[in-house]
Amino acid sequence: EFRRFSLERSKPGKFEEFYGLLQHVHKIPNVDVLVGYTDIHGDLLPINNDDNYHKAVSTANPLLRIFIQRKEDADYSAFGTDTMTRKKNVLSNVLRPDNHKKKPHIVISMPQDFRPVSSIIDVDILPETHRRVRLYKYGTDKPLGFYIRDGSSVRVTPHGLEKVPGIFISRLVPGGLAQSTGLLAVNDEVLEVNGIEVSGKSLDQVTDMMIANSRNLIITVRPANQRNNVVRNSRTSGSSGQSTESSLPSSTPNILANSLQGEEESDEEDIIIEDSGEPQQIPKAAATSESLESLTQIELLHESTQNGFLPSSEMNLNHSAGSVSMEYEVQDPDHKSLEEDGTIITL
Amino acid sequence: MRRFLRPGHDPVRERLKRDLFQFNKTVEHGFPHQPSALGYSPFLRLMAIGTRSGAVKLYGAPGVEFMGLHEENNTVMQIHFIPDQCQLVTLLDDNSLHLWSLRQHSGASELREEHRFTLKGPPGSPPSATQVTAVLAHSSRAVLYLGTESGSVFVVELPSFRVLEDRTITSEAVLQRVPEDSCNRRSCELVEALREHPKNPNQILIGYSRGLIVLWDLQNSRATHHFLGSQQLENLYWQRDGSKFISCHYDGSYTQWPVSSDNRQPDPLENLVPYGPFPCKAISKIYWQTTKNGLPYIIFQGGMPRASYGDRHSITVIHGSQQTAFDFTSRVIDFFIIFSSEPTAESDDPSAMVVLAEEELVVIDLQAAGWPAVPPPYLASLHCSAITCSHHVSNIPLKLWERIIGAGSKQNTRSSSMAWPIDGGTNVAPDPPQRDLLLTGHEDGTVRFWDASGVCLHLLYKLSTVRVFLTDADPNDNMNTLGEDEWPPLRKVGTFDPYSDDPRLGIQKIYLCKYSGYLAVAGTAGQVLVMELNDEDAEHVVDHAEADLLQDQEGYRWKGHEKLKTRDGPVRFEAGFQPFVLIQCQPPAVVTSLALHSEWKLVAFGTSHGFGLFDHQQKRLVFVKCTLHPSDQLALEGPLSRVKSLKKSLRQSFRRIRRSRVSSRKRRGVGGNASEVQEANAKFDQDTLQEMELAPVQRKIEARSAEDSFTGFVRTLYFADTFLRDSSRHCPSLWAGTNGGTVYAFCLRVPPAERRMDEAVRAEQAKEIQLMHRAPVVGILVLDGRGTPLPEPLEVAHDLSKSPDMQGSHQLLVVSEEQFKVFTLPKVSSKLKLKLTALEGCRVRKVTVANFGSCKSEDYSENDLAVLTNLGDIQIISLPFLKLQIRYPCIRKEDVSGIASCVFTKYGQGFYLISPSEFERFSLSTKWLVEPRCVVGVPEATSNNHLHNKPGTENAARRS
Repeated sequence: EFRRFSLERSKPGKFEEFYGLLQHVHKIPNVDVLVGYTDIHGDLLPINNDDNYHKAVSTANPLLRIFIQRKEDADYSAFGTDTMTRKKNVLSNVLRPDNHKKKPHIVISMPQDFRPVSSIIDVDILPETHRRVRLYKYGTDKPLGFYIRDGSSVRVTPHGLEKVPGIFISRLVPGGLAQSTGLLAVNDEVLEVNGIEVSGKSLDQVTDMMIANSRNLIITVRPANQRNNVVRNSRTSGSSGQSTESSLPSSTPNILANSLQGEEESDEEDIIIEDSGEPQQIPKAAATSESLESLTQIELLHESTQNGFLPSSEMNLNHSAGSVSMEYEVQDPDHKSLEEDGTIITL
Repeated sequence: MRRFLRPGHDPVRERLKRDLFQFNKTVEHGFPHQPSALGYSPFLRLMAIGTRSGAVKLYGAPGVEFMGLHEENNTVMQIHFIPDQCQLVTLLDDNSLHLWSLRQHSGASELREEHRFTLKGPPGSPPSATQVTAVLAHSSRAVLYLGTESGSVFVVELPSFRVLEDRTITSEAVLQRVPEDSCNRRSCELVEALREHPKNPNQILIGYSRGLIVLWDLQNSRATHHFLGSQQLENLYWQRDGSKFISCHYDGSYTQWPVSSDNRQPDPLENLVPYGPFPCKAISKIYWQTTKNGLPYIIFQGGMPRASYGDRHSITVIHGSQQTAFDFTSRVIDFFIIFSSEPTAESDDPSAMVVLAEEELVVIDLQAAGWPAVPPPYLASLHCSAITCSHHVSNIPLKLWERIIGAGSKQNTRSSSMAWPIDGGTNVAPDPPQRDLLLTGHEDGTVRFWDASGVCLHLLYKLSTVRVFLTDADPNDNMNTLGEDEWPPLRKVGTFDPYSDDPRLGIQKIYLCKYSGYLAVAGTAGQVLVMELNDEDAEHVVDHAEADLLQDQEGYRWKGHEKLKTRDGPVRFEAGFQPFVLIQCQPPAVVTSLALHSEWKLVAFGTSHGFGLFDHQQKRLVFVKCTLHPSDQLALEGPLSRVKSLKKSLRQSFRRIRRSRVSSRKRRGVGGNASEVQEANAKFDQDTLQEMELAPVQRKIEARSAEDSFTGFVRTLYFADTFLRDSSRHCPSLWAGTNGGTVYAFCLRVPPAERRMDEAVRAEQAKEIQLMHRAPVVGILVLDGRGTPLPEPLEVAHDLSKSPDMQGSHQLLVVSEEQFKVFTLPKVSSKLKLKLTALEGCRVRKVTVANFGSCKSEDYSENDLAVLTNLGDIQIISLPFLKLQIRYPCIRKEDVSGIASCVFTKYGQGFYLISPSEFERFSLSTKWLVEPRCVVGVPEATSNNHLHNKPGTENAARRS
């Protein structure tokens, strides 16, 4: 199936919205798909986060060709920079996977299946000797996997050097989240937990604080090894807030220093089961009488207009100079017919 | 949003907070931990108790009490009241002397330390030269005589503590005046006793440890008489007229000596070993009291046959042919006799004996036949069996109060009806505002009902659940069944009995409905008893029901203790709370939560496996719900089984020790100072503790997961009439919160009263909330349309509360150890929250709704949450907006048992254990404050120079 519609090049919006839009225009709201595009070299590259989505939009010239595969049928080998040199027809690979007689490749999960596990944040506001590490515990079964202990550290005071009690990381569990990030090490001194200083607090208090924040733990440490500190001057690279050490590609955490107080509620929603039904997240009670649903609707409508989609019945292919035209291809046996019904897009 | 709602600096609110909240530790209830000294003033009719931690507590008439604390926190060795004064002197184990005074200040007396003093010898003298062993507060009120280890008696002027060196009675001076053939140098080592002559203040009796006793004339500095005892001396006592005295000795003997002017070195009149002929233990203190009828009372401590009864803590009273050895449950610290101290009276005529044992105070009525015990109005031994839980009920209706007192008085038929003999001072505190009950559950399966309305916590009634069960406790273990001709004539007195024969009997949860008189009590072996108050004793069958909390789960094996066996057939119950139904949880794990709704006649109970609801009207189980995570093997097996058996073996070994222990002889001096050894041990423990704190203790940082152990442990149960399903109809509901952060809500259908027996109560699960932070749920509360907590069952029916607002929408407050969360009802959406642990690193241990009244305006009051954290802080959090109002440090965070024992009242007071035997009472309210306020009058000083002076007659008239 093919679809074609326009998108404002200057305001591409977020990947999630784009993804939702794709699902909507193809009427496959609950089908997980892989999204890819062909770049100028003809390589089939994935779109799975804001960065490569924006990159894709910016390379469209003027048409951006998008390929959508149902996730469970996806042929991961189709992606890659070598797709041209391997002299394989990308399209044929995608469209006729039966013809593809290659040996089964080792399946490496798509980048979108990765989730952030850790990041270094607030580099610009912290002293270089400190490191603020965020551990993303949610959605993983991996244990946080570290231990803390009491200890003493030396501080410079007006009276000279002074020994003060402190909290230190004492052990990393092999295979645990903390160890796998490589951002925390034994003997690192813990200075803050989610923005709250630990000085003056007992080991048990700090333990309780960390466990209470375990779903979104932000620890500020003074690393025992000071040689791997983020060097502030390298900020010219433009990736200031980002870690050079994050072991896995991650999206920008978008954390502001003042958000450390634990205002990220999304990961904290309690679950309710009503009358033995399905578990649901407990919504936040609206300040007004409006229901939560209506609130979300308003937001999404607002965003969709921003993104340049008009609630018109026709897709304008050559909408304006700033817009990008797109072409869709959906591999879906249930939707063989070519459709261009121009759904009203009100997500 | 919340940021704007945080406690701001609204000046109006800040002022109101000052009118509402105030933190005070007001009074210590119970029996002082580790008492070490006793003193009594017949003049003030006040008793003083010193403790190992350096506290000195004074008690008089009920409500009259004072407390002082020595800065040194050293053991108080001796307490001596200054005759005819509101002053007392304490001797600590660091050899320091302290002078305390009772002074009136703005209408109430206060106990203050005035001076301190340590006796110093000449330079270079050994410390033993000035180690004080005996103290005599002379009737002249001007001097103290201090007997020392070296044998010298120093004279110190009061209140300045100036040493009057020229008046020192050195052992050399004594030796010079005693014929050389009768003694040697060593005879005058260590002064054991100093006693002033009852008629002649210029003569004192000096008893030396090796047996020499000298009657010393203070004016002429010479020995008028000397008495040669062959045995090591323990103590001395004058007969009232001064013509004889009695000495007691290390070998268990006592000797009477005549004092007459014609014989300067008399022989003993009588020498007796009362429990001979086999070797006996020391008699450490003795009284000789005359009576009108001529038969004296001889009362002495110890002296038991060493081999067979050496481990007994006894005091023997001999009066004519009557002889009883009172056998105390713990070591006797000291005792005194209350007798007629009128100087004109010809005889002592003792009325009561007051005995301070290590774990309790026992008063024996010496005038009534059979010498019964007098129930003390204070100093209750809370720990007579270890306290396992407590429950406070405020504002008891008068009817119920009288019925409980009635039931209690029927239990005390054998005790003396004597008015409390220690009755000095006047209680000037206002009458308690309301009748409050504190219920304590004990390890031995009893529940004690304490009058907690005022300063004196005293026992009203004791309920035992043991009767329902068959236990291996030996029924023949009765201490009072000794026959007439038993020798020695021991009689067990006191209630202290910390050794529970079956720990499964232990009470874990108590819930009393003050309106209906229904009481639910739950214990260690999964037993839940529902009781009703009956004013008569009755014999009836207790209905049994089993609640299988594992229901559908299969293949599990409980490895913990078995359930208690029950008695078949009807059981006789004494008047009071009588059980009518027993619900046995299966597996018989400890009951962890309990709720009773007396209006609906329902009782809910929870364990580590699940919870159930029982209809006690129809005696039918309504439902059970298993909360156990299938992988939670630990909870299944009963992890405490191993701990329990260890505890049991410990208990047994303690018993063995107790049996075999030779009662440690009171010993003074540097070398064999038992308390010093103990102190050193304590210090060592402290040091090792500190070291341990410095050692790298690790703490694991891990998020809670559904697979953790004991997530199914039911922490809280709550009944509410609220909107569970839709916003138009409210219905009865039961809420349960678990250790794993789950809240279950069940919709109940309770038939109307007229069909209550015909239709079954039905329940249906309506909601299940999983808190994502998975912290234990410690409190559930429903707030009505006005944001006020729902009233207790029957509270509205008794016109004691406004009916809840059922118009506005209700809210659900869930308190976990880490957070407070408010949800809307009936559709659950989160409305407000207050994070505690994430921000402060402390966790909720106890939480209660408390009503705070303003001290400024009569009609203003508000409901807040009183919260105790694991750090021992108390926080007050407003309702319904969850704003932190104020925070007070209350309990040391290391005092885990103190924190665990804390119980709040409904009006902003609270209690927590500061020792196994003492509750500290505190108040968070400006309005409800129960604290001692009393006056000790200073009767006009008499010029009477007798040691035992007449009491202020007005004091005597002030018996309560």
